[in-house]
Amino acid sequence: MNIQLSEQQKKDQYAFREFVNNEIIPNAGRHDSEERLPEELIVKLAGQGCSGALLPEKYGGRAMDYITYGLLNEELGRGCASVRGFMMMQNMVALTLLKWGTEEQKERWLGKIASGEAIAAFALTEPETGSDAMHIETSFADNGSTIIINGHKKWITLGQIADLFLVFGKMRGKLSAVLVEKGAPGFKRTPMAGLLGVRASMLAELHFENCTVPQENLVGRPGFGFVPVGITALNLGRYSIAWGCVGIGQACLDACIEHTSTRKQFGDYLKNHQLIQEMIANMTVNLKAGRLLCYQAGRMQEEGDQNAIMEIMVAKYYTSKMAFSIANDAVQIHGATGCSSNSAVQRHLRDAKIMEIIEGTSQIHQIKIADYAYREYADRF
Amino acid sequence: MIENKAMIRTFLSRYIRNYDLKDDTDIFGGGLVNSLFAMQLIAFLEKEFAITIENRDLKLDNFRTVNAMAAFIETKA
Repeated sequence: MNIQLSEQQKKDQYAFREFVNNEIIPNAGRHDSEERLPEELIVKLAGQGCSGALLPEKYGGRAMDYITYGLLNEELGRGCASVRGFMMMQNMVALTLLKWGTEEQKERWLGKIASGEAIAAFALTEPETGSDAMHIETSFADNGSTIIINGHKKWITLGQIADLFLVFGKMRGKLSAVLVEKGAPGFKRTPMAGLLGVRASMLAELHFENCTVPQENLVGRPGFGFVPVGITALNLGRYSIAWGCVGIGQACLDACIEHTSTRKQFGDYLKNHQLIQEMIANMTVNLKAGRLLCYQAGRMQEEGDQNAIMEIMVAKYYTSKMAFSIANDAVQIHGATGCSSNSAVQRHLRDAKIMEIIEGTSQIHQIKIADYAYREYADRF
Repeated sequence: MIENKAMIRTFLSRYIRNYDLKDDTDIFGGGLVNSLFAMQLIAFLEKEFAITIENRDLKLDNFRTVNAMAAFIETKA
């Protein structure tokens, strides 16, 4: 497998890195403590092409290949997991509409999402339903010209500020997806605060009480809401998270290299203590392994490989555990400093824990990956 | 179409094992596959037969059997 970046990809990577160093990292602690992303940053992200990173140019997107998009996710993840999450959400909804939306839906929304004029969100999780998506309780009643929505969604990223929601529910007992605009009659949202990590995700609970949307807002067909519509979005989300976790790991390793090279204990720099070296070595090896999994998954996604969805799950599972482990060691290496609210590594640790839960818990990933292994390797004995 | 059916059968045989799969076996109705399989099936059909599956193609009857998939591919050619 060739993982050599093209000259253009190297240039893009450098530009992403500079943007994150200058615009994201200096403010990431404030995003975390204030639990919000400033509006001017969201405008800048759209201006940088983040909101429509994967969209074709005809919709105002950047038409990035999946490796370039991965590099962007790594850099944003290195700076601030909430910022990466913002971009992830825009591309999850945009690409899902590009693939499964009607021409009218694409024309109406994709340009607005790419430009940042509209902020999109993905509304699947409910108070009583997380991993078990097939049993969501939100209902879509179809009365011919309109769809009447009743239900309750929870933990919805960007729910506080989104203009457009891709909402999942059951129509005639079949999982389906519809678009809901923020001003739809019968729609209300309640902000959520105080999360462990990714605190600037501006989560909300969504309430639908006889919320009425036009029939044209149906995405896909009744019964095809989760497969393929929802899984298309979740697959892109997992890809973003996997690369974002590589970014978290890199941020922690960078911080540890600097800290152990400048702080002395027992008359010598920390980097010369062998138990510190053990942690640095493990961080380095695991980070490189995680990045390679992401490259492989990205190449397969780019090629439309049928196993890309599984390799993305492998990458997300591995890198989310890796990021938590690296961030945990980074806090340990930083000692009391690492436990301070001013320390970036404690933020990365809290953010990394969330990555093991969202877009499929590690346990759901393990079940699917084991199934994949029995299929892939069944002919070897 | 015969060649297409053979390719589809080969693909399905990796997912549906120890089962005598016929060209008219309902793979969805029989509970033989899961949701991730459905996504992999879409990726397989799009890549191997150079077609694009769209919103309007989302009908289970297009994908229910080997025969249905082969006929669907013909309509997209």
